[in-house]
Amino acid sequence: MAMQTPAPCDYSRATSVDDAIAQLQALGGNARILAGGYSLIPMMKLRLANPGHVIDINPLEPELSYIRQEGNEIRIGALTRHVMLLESELLERTFPSIFREAEAVLADPVVRNRGTMGGSLCQADPAEDLSGVIVALKGQAVLRGPGGAERVVGMEEFHFGPYMTAVQSTEMLTEVRIPIPEGSFGGVHEKVERRAGDFAIVAVSTAMTIQGGQIAWAGIAGSAVGPTTMHMERAEEHVVGKAPSEQLFREAGQMAAADCSPNSDGRGPADYKRAVCGVFTERGLGRAAAVALRG
Amino acid sequence: MLVSITINGQVYSHDVEPRLLLVHFIREYAELHGTHWGCDTSNCGICIVLMDDPHSSQPPYPVKSCTMLAAMAQGYEIITVEGMPKPDGTLDPIQMGFHEMHALQCGFCTPGMMSTGRWLIEKHPNPTQMTDHEIRDGISGNLCRCTGYDNIIKAIRWAAAYIEEHPESARTAR
Repeated sequence: MAMQTPAPCDYSRATSVDDAIAQLQALGGNARILAGGYSLIPMMKLRLANPGHVIDINPLEPELSYIRQEGNEIRIGALTRHVMLLESELLERTFPSIFREAEAVLADPVVRNRGTMGGSLCQADPAEDLSGVIVALKGQAVLRGPGGAERVVGMEEFHFGPYMTAVQSTEMLTEVRIPIPEGSFGGVHEKVERRAGDFAIVAVSTAMTIQGGQIAWAGIAGSAVGPTTMHMERAEEHVVGKAPSEQLFREAGQMAAADCSPNSDGRGPADYKRAVCGVFTERGLGRAAAVALRG
Repeated sequence: MLVSITINGQVYSHDVEPRLLLVHFIREYAELHGTHWGCDTSNCGICIVLMDDPHSSQPPYPVKSCTMLAAMAQGYEIITVEGMPKPDGTLDPIQMGFHEMHALQCGFCTPGMMSTGRWLIEKHPNPTQMTDHEIRDGISGNLCRCTGYDNIIKAIRWAAAYIEEHPESARTAR
């Protein structure tokens, strides 16, 4: 019987982040970090990932699973499960309602129970939902390497291509830091999918803050509309400093549609995805403004 | 490598390849065939079993056993459909509900559906008040190709009501 199974590999558990990195170093680039498993194990079954060794970091929950505010930023540990992001009061209070909307449509509840933020980001699937949220919110990834050395990279650098990240073979993602912008925040996640729990045909994460009747800050990112999660900078810049209006959001939507670069595939033709990207940007900005104005 | 997993209260220790998936450990090594093996791509939820995490205060939660290495389950307690009935053979309320409401035709998705259904009831603060949307969303990681889901939703509701009327039938908290 046809059976999908990973290629032969070795398995070990990490006792700490530093231990995981020491193991990565000892294994000389032939190992991958294994967290929830819902991205890496399917890739291993398809033989798209063929690590000779997997290092299970699930025992590191006390060290790597958290959502907390430090100064003017939110810090999320890499092993934080999707269900925690979905249900977090702190995230909903700080960034209403972008995490809740995106996590509610990310995979299914069983996957969200165990799948992790770090796993989703390190899979670097350009259609993945949470990556869109982190790009829109201009999060930064903390990568730890040998000797406790840390470097902090922006999401453009982190996701430099489809299924490719800035994480080196002796590094691991430990945390994401999200600056809290000034003003009244509103954020939403628009997604169309073929069936419940699937990757997006197109998704757009939209966020803004409003101060004194004007858009003080904006974040827009598209999923499944390019080789990586796409940061819609031109549309963002267009709305900042102006009062929210339907006309303004329509223009931003047109810019996002023009700036994205979707492919035709089994999920739909490129021109359809481009049109949806524009509509979702316009609609998302409108809904985000409504959330922000509700305070 | 030697992998020891507690399944339904019994420890199974076997020398297996590290790449062995949990679903195959359960079916081929523990020889518990109540857990089915479906799409093998993490989509269908046929292979879902309950996993009890000793480090968590949460009730046992469903995992897709085709998307987990057996080695990853060491230290956790796995509960399959064989482990749901009470020692005297009384079925778990979710199993009674699937029987009462005729929530299966071919039965292939049933073990996964019951595992997810059991968890939905256990984690909901007021299970008899679950909306259809909450149940449908809750089982969106489980595919059924026979029933159209209606009877499955009725079965989950039936079990929630039964547990409310018979609190002693609820799974004993750790």
